[in-house]
Amino acid sequence: MKVIRIDKNDWAEGIEKIRKTYSLIGPVKEKFYHIFANLGSGQMPDMEFTNSRISPKYIIYPQSEIILKCSMNAEEEDYKIYREPEDKEYKEKAVLGIRPCDADSLPVVMRNFDTDEYKDPYWLRAFETTTLVGLACDAPCPSCFCTSAGSGPYNHKNLDVMLIDNKDHYLAEIITEKGEKLAEAAGWQDKAEGIADEIAKRKSDAESKIESNVHTDNLAKQPLLDLYEATSIWEKAAFACINCGTCTYVCPTCWCFDIQDEVYGREGFRIRNWDSCMYPLFTLHASAHNPRGTKLARLRQRFMHKLKYYVDKYENGIQCTGCGRCVRLCPVNIDIRRICNMMNSYDPETCTCEATVS
Amino acid sequence: MKSYTDNIKEISKRLLKEDKVDMVIGYRTGSVPLMHQPFFAQNQEEVDEFVWDSNCGLNLANYITDRTERIGILATGCNSRNIAVHIVEGKIKREQLYIIGIPCKGMVDRHKLSAMADGDITSVEDENNGSITITGQNFSKTVDKAEVLQENCSVCVHRNPVIYDELAAEEVTEQKRDDVDPYARVKEIEALSPEEKWAHFDDLLSDCIRCYACRNACPLCYCPLCFVDESNPQWVGKSIDHTDVRTFHFLRAYHCAGRCTDCGACVRSCPVGINVRDFTKKLEKDCLELFDWEAGLNTEQRPPLDTYRPDDPEEFIK
Ligand code: SF4
Ligand code: SF4
Ligand code: SF4
Ligand code: SF4
Repeated sequence: MKVIRIDKNDWAEGIEKIRKTYSLIGPVKEKFYHIFANLGSGQMPDMEFTNSRISPKYIIYPQSEIILKCSMNAEEEDYKIYREPEDKEYKEKAVLGIRPCDADSLPVVMRNFDTDEYKDPYWLRAFETTTLVGLACDAPCPSCFCTSAGSGPYNHKNLDVMLIDNKDHYLAEIITEKGEKLAEAAGWQDKAEGIADEIAKRKSDAESKIESNVHTDNLAKQPLLDLYEATSIWEKAAFACINCGTCTYVCPTCWCFDIQDEVYGREGFRIRNWDSCMYPLFTLHASAHNPRGTKLARLRQRFMHKLKYYVDKYENGIQCTGCGRCVRLCPVNIDIRRICNMMNSYDPETCTCEATVS
Repeated sequence: MKSYTDNIKEISKRLLKEDKVDMVIGYRTGSVPLMHQPFFAQNQEEVDEFVWDSNCGLNLANYITDRTERIGILATGCNSRNIAVHIVEGKIKREQLYIIGIPCKGMVDRHKLSAMADGDITSVEDENNGSITITGQNFSKTVDKAEVLQENCSVCVHRNPVIYDELAAEEVTEQKRDDVDPYARVKEIEALSPEEKWAHFDDLLSDCIRCYACRNACPLCYCPLCFVDESNPQWVGKSIDHTDVRTFHFLRAYHCAGRCTDCGACVRSCPVGINVRDFTKKLEKDCLELFDWEAGLNTEQRPPLDTYRPDDPEEFIK
């Protein structure tokens, strides 16, 4: 793999160059935490950050996205006829500083948005026009558990370029063609030779700093209905849960949405909004019956989906990349690591499990 | 002197042993700093998981709504007032409850502490001498607890529970309204021009992701179907359109008027640290000034917006 050395003195200049072709998105400190935001002209990404408080999934999958528009003026020809908005453009964009766990969430989400049967045009177009310039993690958070969730602090599998901070310069691994194109546009071409060992060492150092992990080896083998009925897992956790949906909104791998029609003046909009399995409304039927009418049922759904249904259906690990956001932000400390370990160790014979967070 | 935690455990064990209650609602230690978990104990071993310190900032009254068991519950000043509101509003019966009163020394502000730390906090030491030490991967900092209290706690004038069956510690000294002005922040906002107010609230809500953690953490928000969730008719849009976000916040605040105890659970649970108390605190001030009313001080009187008396002042309509 090609590795390029980018002197930090030349970093700003390269960024200015790629601005011509790409619109740029990067970490910015807002109020007291980081978010991924559009970088205005001359604005640089703040690369001294741990991770954004809320996952950057909204870059490709916005919280509220207008997908269709129509006229609500009865005089007009396209009265109530929904069409794709003309101003919906998919300009090439580059995300600077995205962390490996968040990039690794994209193939997870893609399993939902890109299937043989259905292709989500909005998500796919946004994804295809995005180049990911990741930043390897040298100081992961204490609540990250990426290495046991199919990701890792130096995982470059789903990045186009991965930057490694090396004091006065970045080492940039050029991973894909998209990455190559971006590096070219930036004028980054100073090849770094003979540093493979150094990178390997940095990688293993970073991995050894991940302090927590989840056990997932047994999840696929667990009988589904036994887990579903494991009240010893669900009852205590559901008690504290306030069904706020924070965990699902901050999560890079949660993909559920709701479609709503709204009218503003003489225009109608069809809007796709994030939704959450934690909300009673998510499953409320028109008949007023709610198949997930209790908070226990909703909490169980979130974990069963991530850690059992997904595991069984896609045979590709868990629907979680270990970013730790839900762990840090759940207001009542419902910890997916704990629940995952409980599900993994659940013994249907004795109805017991081990509740550990390691 | 025994610690709060020890006393809480002792009382809880006794209540369960004597079969006075079916469960005791308290907190257990969280798996991450600053986040203890509301937890119910039904036996002695579970009681051993109980903890009490300045990270118990949610409102336990939220967990008793419409329950049918006999419940032991820990209650600080604000929590006890929300329990009283619940009793008045018919969400629980007084006879079902055994209230373990906790004279409260205030909860620390998790948003403030995270903003102060140089990196991620791995542990928080509540030293009980008025200082808090936060430690992370490459730092350790000791701060005055008074400086990092949640804002609602630093201006609280009801730290001791107003109703209880037994206290878990000696009463604490109450702050007086003359010494700490609970409405200082409200007055600052009131003094702004309409444009400045607009800008203030725009900025306040700019990060809202409409997750509804603030609503769901609030013991007052127990409606089976919140107005924002109604679909027939649909009052509010579901996107993050500014008008809809504001509508949610304004209306929710009004629904809490005269009932809110300023417990701060809403702010504490917000993932992006929005101070939604800027709304509720103003209404609390109005209720005090217009109706001489403070929420949850007894279990008999209904809140002012819920009753009518011919001699109500109603200056604002005249
Ligand atoms: S963030 Fe926590 S309390 Fe909120 S819905 Fe998720 S698990 Fe429940
Ligand atoms: S479930 Fe939690 S830890 Fe896993 S990807 Fe989502 S937010 Fe991150
Ligand atoms: S908790 Fe915060 S982000 Fe969520 S709806 Fe309330 S104010 Fe908005
Ligand atoms: S509105 Fe906020 S401060 Fe008031 S009672 Fe509800 S959670 Fe507590």
